[in-house]
Amino acid sequence: MSQLEMKKDQSMVLQKQMIASHFERLEQAPETKEPVVYTFVPGNLTELIRSFGCLPVLPEINALQSGMRGKSRAYIREAERHGHSEDVCTYVKCDVGMMKSGNIGPTGTRLPKPDLLLLSYTGCYTFMKWFELLREEYDCPTVFLHVPYQGDGVLEPQHRAYVIKQLKEKLIPMLEQISGKEFDEEALAQRLAWSSQAEDDLVAVLEAAKNSPSPIDSYFGGVYYVGPIFSAFRGTAEGAEYYKLLRAEVEARVAAGQGPETPSGRLDEQRFRLVVEGPPNWTHFREFWKMFSDEGACVVASTYTKVGGTYERGFRHDPKDPLGTLADYCGGCYTNLNLPDRVQMLCDYVTEYAADGFLINSVKSCNSFSAGQLVILQEVEKRTGIPGGFIETDLVDPRYFSPANIKNRLESYFQMLAARKAVA
Amino acid sequence: MDCFIGIDLGSTTTKAVMLDSHGEVLGRGITNSRSDYDRAAEVAKTEAIITARFNLLRREVEKVAGTELLEQLLEAFRLEQLLVQLGRLEELIHDEIGGGVSPDLQGAAREGVEHIFRKIRHEEDARFNANDRRRRSDFFRDIVGSAYFRLAEEIGNEGGASFDLLLSLYDKCIILVENEPLELGFHQHIDPALARIGEPPAARKGVQEAASIPLNVQSSVGTGYGRVRLPFPKENIRSEILCHGLGAHMMFPGTRSVLDIGGQDTKAIQIDASGIVTRFQMNDRCAAGCGRYLGYIADEMNIGLHELGPMASKSTRPVRINSTCTVFAGAELRERLSLGEAREDILAGLHRAVILRAMSLLARTGGVDDEFTFTGGVARNEAAVSALRQLIEENYGQRTLNISPSSIYTGALGGAVFALRGAA
Amino acid sequence: MSLRAAVVDRADALACDLDLNHVKEWLAEVPGRKAAGYLPVYAPRELIAAVGMLPVGVHGGGDRLEIIKGDACYQSYICHLPRSVVELLLAGRLDCLSAVLFPSTCDVIRNLSGIWKLQKPGTYVRYLDLPQVLDPSIGVPFWTMEMEHVLGELAELAGCEDPKGGLRQAIADYNAVRERLQVLYAHRRDRPWDIPTAELYLLMRALESLPAQTWMDLSADYLSAIEQEPGRPRDNCRVVLTGAFCEQPPLGLLKTIERAGCYIVDDDLLQGNRMLQGPVSTDGDPVQALAEAFIYTSVKNSVIYEDDPDGKRNLMKTRVEAARADGIVFAAPSFCDPALLDRPMLRAGAEAAGIPCIAFKYAENTGQFQPFREQAGTFSDSIKLWGAG
Repeated sequence: MSQLEMKKDQSMVLQKQMIASHFERLEQAPETKEPVVYTFVPGNLTELIRSFGCLPVLPEINALQSGMRGKSRAYIREAERHGHSEDVCTYVKCDVGMMKSGNIGPTGTRLPKPDLLLLSYTGCYTFMKWFELLREEYDCPTVFLHVPYQGDGVLEPQHRAYVIKQLKEKLIPMLEQISGKEFDEEALAQRLAWSSQAEDDLVAVLEAAKNSPSPIDSYFGGVYYVGPIFSAFRGTAEGAEYYKLLRAEVEARVAAGQGPETPSGRLDEQRFRLVVEGPPNWTHFREFWKMFSDEGACVVASTYTKVGGTYERGFRHDPKDPLGTLADYCGGCYTNLNLPDRVQMLCDYVTEYAADGFLINSVKSCNSFSAGQLVILQEVEKRTGIPGGFIETDLVDPRYFSPANIKNRLESYFQMLAARKAVA
Repeated sequence: MDCFIGIDLGSTTTKAVMLDSHGEVLGRGITNSRSDYDRAAEVAKTEAIITARFNLLRREVEKVAGTELLEQLLEAFRLEQLLVQLGRLEELIHDEIGGGVSPDLQGAAREGVEHIFRKIRHEEDARFNANDRRRRSDFFRDIVGSAYFRLAEEIGNEGGASFDLLLSLYDKCIILVENEPLELGFHQHIDPALARIGEPPAARKGVQEAASIPLNVQSSVGTGYGRVRLPFPKENIRSEILCHGLGAHMMFPGTRSVLDIGGQDTKAIQIDASGIVTRFQMNDRCAAGCGRYLGYIADEMNIGLHELGPMASKSTRPVRINSTCTVFAGAELRERLSLGEAREDILAGLHRAVILRAMSLLARTGGVDDEFTFTGGVARNEAAVSALRQLIEENYGQRTLNISPSSIYTGALGGAVFALRGAA
Repeated sequence: MSLRAAVVDRADALACDLDLNHVKEWLAEVPGRKAAGYLPVYAPRELIAAVGMLPVGVHGGGDRLEIIKGDACYQSYICHLPRSVVELLLAGRLDCLSAVLFPSTCDVIRNLSGIWKLQKPGTYVRYLDLPQVLDPSIGVPFWTMEMEHVLGELAELAGCEDPKGGLRQAIADYNAVRERLQVLYAHRRDRPWDIPTAELYLLMRALESLPAQTWMDLSADYLSAIEQEPGRPRDNCRVVLTGAFCEQPPLGLLKTIERAGCYIVDDDLLQGNRMLQGPVSTDGDPVQALAEAFIYTSVKNSVIYEDDPDGKRNLMKTRVEAARADGIVFAAPSFCDPALLDRPMLRAGAEAAGIPCIAFKYAENTGQFQPFREQAGTFSDSIKLWGAG
């Protein structure tokens, strides 16, 4: 794998330290008595959780990290041995398998048991079953935060009120109970201010891809950029610091006319600017990325980097309306948007980021993303006049990553784009 | 004379097409892909050069001696090639008897093998002398194999060396022959071929002139499943999607949609007026409904792949088959047979099911608005073609459906055109 | 033709009517009538009937439809139901539906609502979040509010001036339906030889596209038919069939299971019809009454969050005991998230209670029944040999 090593930016090194220290803190939680809340990325309420002095654990992040570290295959097999179907989401099976194998987290530290399972039901049906399954293993309370889907393209006012009501009447009392602390709206507002600051910087980073060459890869690099804000670090001072550093780094590259670091070296010469829909594959992450960077393809916008919030559309956490803003946040995550909205978002990206093509990475695990993607493909093609590419992989099941197959499709796609460009 | 070669390394067969500088097809070659891609590419290319020589010869000879003489010479040439390979195969089998067969069986084995090869030579001579031009396989392994098995069975039945022993000798050695570099070129065999037909002066003169034209390969482009194995620079490797699109355009310039059903994959391609691919889709990870599926069915029924189509065409009442899962192909067939359905009706249903899958792929690329070309191994199956014709009409109305007798060369032709254009 | 055969034939014809001709006939009877579809598992069809529209269950094409465009829209790892629904949709065969409700069954059904919006911009499409929090203080107001919203919009679409009055009537009509279904299910539980599951299924399927009153007549005929022509008991074991609540198995599969020696004595086929167990109150505000009925009386189903940690563990035991069954057949559609993610929990609970189980997957268009025949036959034999002791 040595050819897949790549030069790391300073922000990447910092992020690695942040994650490592978070996992260490989690390992020590049983001694330090910091309560632990398991919750999901889309619609995560990190500011609220942290305002009670609780620590978040995000099972999807654990699963994807296990995938990147080559551990998911054994975990999935373990879950399937326990009767889980080969048809269903491999994040769940990876997590269940990890739990059944001793709950050693991806960085090698033991994960603490949850004091609360906070099921933020935001655009993924599987989340519900995931926590029903986890609950079988842990003797702890579960709070179901029901976030209505934006079926008609907006978070309807009555739905917003419904979410706030649940926060007030269900979640906050439960957090008070497990933490022994009273709800402190000011502490929450402070955290929301940090969030908003980090969100400003993140949007600047993502929108820097409008430059040519793009200073970032908004998909493969993008998943690193959104890492802290999607996981435990939104609403923290260190999170805000990270985004300040990242933004400076990216702006320096823009000034120098440089592209991002990739597995093929620094990508200054960008032959293709792409928009990508769908989550990445984690088990062959670098190899997958290299299939793009070797061809000079740079992703300038992606939808996956919006599952934890659609900030570039203007949303910011608002310290002045703490609970309302959390409801808005949950409702607006990418996974909670309807199909016509997702189509529009992709079309906007193609135009705003001056893309040459758009590509769908359809993952077998995730019906929330995948069901309807072929209709999205046809619709975006129709509206933008740009041909779409379509490949299939999985999140963390290495059995579903067929390198020759994917490379063949990608090469064909890039060659088609090149032929179109040559004619134009 | 400058010439340009396209090589299509498919999963089952390898094809080569040679063009002159005006884009006229000079020659074509085909061989089975075997385990050695390099060797397959070499054989196909040699074949293309041989047919190119014969085409040049045709220009010279036809004028003075008419087509019949040329056909005779070609048959004689093929026979000479076959005899060389046959001789080598026999040598190898004798070596194998000496090294790998227990001493008490060696005598009978040698006797049997000598008998078989004597008979094959005799039959081939007789075939030539009788002017028997019935079409048969292009591949040495098929031609010799079928005769060898038949004769081995006769010997086995008459109490000589066992059929199984003779078969295993053949299986072992045919692979060796296929992977050895044999001298099968024009210059090696044209003289004995001329001698075989009695050295007619008109032919002799034409041969000399055709042989003296230098064929300078200016550029080669590789495509197909195994293309990365070709020792070509990256710019001389093209995806089979682009080559298929361009190849179909060369064959039928009015084509706007191309469907290719090969052994391992199915491709639906849309092209513009100059043969540039505008959209494409390949079968997803699940290979249900590709050519191989029909292969399983043929195996299951214990008949040859080429017999499937004719049998299905006899159906008067096709059965509806809902699954083209390769894994369950056998079970589906057995269940239908046990329900008393007629073989031809089941087969007709299976062919329709295969084409239904392909229709979906076509629909993913935008359907069939205009002239349409069908390529790949399955395009030679009459039942598949008739199902396709019917479904196209049902779904898109009357459309011109092109099938070239040399459709198997579509990808290689596209490659050769890329070679020609790239060199220009 | 016997009465039983006549009823079954009529129901079968309705299930096979992929062009919804019978709906079109109903629409043509009175100018201005409208029909509204709903997807599985549960949508409150009383809301549709309340505004004078005909509720029509959208269940795809089963095993009677060739799929081209549907496969063009879905990858091979998505279940089959949405493929056949899209095939019908794009062929214009569902155009007689002026509105379609998409209950929160799973992400596939959810995203299908978006496909419908994109493909049929003129149709009223509403995604319906079922109340996942069954705590009455949260769930009742939410579900009341949701249904109020939909009722208002449907009333506008239908030009209905008194939707609440209509809803009171619809609740009463469907209360009668619910009661009749309970009679039918109880009869099959007690005398499964009288009511083959394939027939009961067709009868329920008819309910998904007939006006309530018409169906009451049809089902009354069926009840008299089984009085007139009772079946003969066979030496079968008794099973609960579970997991088949959304994409429906082909009739051949149901027949195969019963012919192989397993009487189905409880199931979750077309479960939306029996989602509310008790009668809905006809007093007070009808929307709230319907909401309360869901919160307080709905059956447990994989598409609704289970709040009680013991709920999953005990569910199958409870159902098996209530149906006096010998075992469980877990039959889920391939790639069905709700059924397949629930299965390990439900099965563990069943096995802990010593209940024999078998499990398999199907698709609505499955054409091979031999593997099911073998499994169900072996299951039945093993229960008869070892289970009784």
